[in-house]
Amino acid sequence: MTDWHDHIVIGPIVLPMAMAAAMLLFDERRRVLKGVMSLVAMTAILAMALILLDESASGETARVYRLGDWAAPYGIVLVADRLSTLMVALTSVLGGCALVFALARWDRAGPRFHAIFLLLVMGVNGAFLTGDLFNLFVFFEIMLAASYGLVLHGSGEARIKAGLGYIAVNLTASLLFLIGVALIYGVTGTLNMADLVARIPAIPDADRGLFHAGAAILGVAFLVKCAMWPLGLWLPPTYAAASAPAAAVFAILSKVGVYVVMRLGLLLFGAGAGASAGFGGAWLLVGGLATIAFGTAGLLAARDLSRAAAYAVMVSSGTVLAILGSGHPDALAGAIFYMVGSTLACGALFLVGEILQRSQEADADTGRAVFDDEYHDPFDDEERNEPGLVIPAAVAAVAGAFLVCTLMVAGLPPLAGFVGKLAMMDALMQVGDTAAWWIIALLSLSSLGALIGLVRLGIRAIWATEGDRPPFVVGAAEFAGLGVLLAACVLLAIFGNAGVLYAQHTAEWLARPEAYANAVLAGDGR
Amino acid sequence: MKEIVLALAIGVLSASGTWLLLRPRTFQVIMGLSLLSYAVNIFIFSMGRLKTAAPPVTGTGAEDVAAYADPTPQALVLTAIVISFALTALFLVVLLASRGVTGSDHVDGREPQE
Repeated sequence: MTDWHDHIVIGPIVLPMAMAAAMLLFDERRRVLKGVMSLVAMTAILAMALILLDESASGETARVYRLGDWAAPYGIVLVADRLSTLMVALTSVLGGCALVFALARWDRAGPRFHAIFLLLVMGVNGAFLTGDLFNLFVFFEIMLAASYGLVLHGSGEARIKAGLGYIAVNLTASLLFLIGVALIYGVTGTLNMADLVARIPAIPDADRGLFHAGAAILGVAFLVKCAMWPLGLWLPPTYAAASAPAAAVFAILSKVGVYVVMRLGLLLFGAGAGASAGFGGAWLLVGGLATIAFGTAGLLAARDLSRAAAYAVMVSSGTVLAILGSGHPDALAGAIFYMVGSTLACGALFLVGEILQRSQEADADTGRAVFDDEYHDPFDDEERNEPGLVIPAAVAAVAGAFLVCTLMVAGLPPLAGFVGKLAMMDALMQVGDTAAWWIIALLSLSSLGALIGLVRLGIRAIWATEGDRPPFVVGAAEFAGLGVLLAACVLLAIFGNAGVLYAQHTAEWLARPEAYANAVLAGDGR
Repeated sequence: MKEIVLALAIGVLSASGTWLLLRPRTFQVIMGLSLLSYAVNIFIFSMGRLKTAAPPVTGTGAEDVAAYADPTPQALVLTAIVISFALTALFLVVLLASRGVTGSDHVDGREPQE
């Protein structure tokens, strides 16, 4: 633990925290400085995430970071394995692009955008990397507290109304989280995930029901977060009301819920868990299928793009949950690959949607301020009116971006959404049981629904002009953020082979919870 | 006896909290959330088993661990109290903002139709 290289695991958590704290020392008017600081932080996090991803792609075990060098299960550990490093890398790509997009205009819509944004990234990264349940709670709360700030960013009546419901739902879910954690601790006497793997088969039969109740209550808290029907009805109005860069980065927030369900479900209820093996699988399957159906119906009914994107987030979560519930490791590999692509695409769809809607609504600008003294900035008006760079043929560029998003969300060739769906369906067809056919049918229908819904919205926004509509004005930074996000989608298709292989190895690794436990407890990890 | 008192306290707090949470006025919602978080905090504490006058930290040497109170739930509950307190305060601000912007303290931001 002396080499700097060993400390990279904690970097994606400590760096945004330090930067956010440092940023609070500067006056709100020094926007350029704050923008540069967050860009530097996000670039550094991306670099660290890529180093970790490269390492976990070549190794067979997890990388374990012991805080204070106290050994697990007594000390606190961070675990960077294939799944968690993939999610951290995904966060930094999506977060970085949303940040660049926000630099054009949105970061001026309210106070302390950059600090809140970095704290959100810190919470998300921490939730992905942590190795015990209580730290998961703490990082989850950091993430949620920052997201409460971001959902209100830009203010206005719609955001405050949506934010009120969002905060109430998530505070309640956090209480369920605590009840679940407390029950699991009460039964097993540990909160370390690796230690739980070892202890679950030995739980006495009299206590097993209590343990299952705890796990189920804990699961409900995460299913609220990943918006499984009927727990996810809060998601569409909230994400549709949030400002575009915030909504784009919220696409990863629901994936935190999916990640935790995947991690804990496979770790605690894998084949080696004795009487608890496979607990909750049927619920995930049915709930996931219902979420796909609900999300697709919502996509068809949506009247604007940000709401459609919010339903696309639900479809994406539902797909992964259903595959997880069906319990086929090969299909899970496809689902992991699909999750990466669809998260990037949903994020991009929020950004494209905002650009398209901007020209439809004359005063789509920020609403009323809640705190006038904080909100008002002497340089504000002058800067707000600075016109974005009008890119030649902006319509073609925006329409092209919309096309890429539609193909990704609907899962059509030639992009990565298709590769992921094909991998899932191929694996499910080989299994061929009733559940597999249900998933295949709903996945195909959801592709069709997403295609119809998005094409209709696209025609209305791009072609069906009513009278003289002002041309699309896209800031250079907005275009850069969106472009990188879409380039990532395209790269995912070009390097699809490597991506699917990585996802397959990840699914194989997730199917061996004892390897995870050994890496953390017996020091098999790096 | 103390188990029954504790269980009753948790039950009454969470039942009233749930009822208040489902009420239409924002002030009732925040009271409900506070009561629920009290219930949860006591619940976490009770998961370390109930012991009277047992020290939380063992001394040196081999001693009977069962004679000591479990310190972990106490640490957990402290964190949970701090977090729920902070987030309730934040919720209160949003609640006031909502009242200010919409002119109504209904959770939907408008008075229901009679």
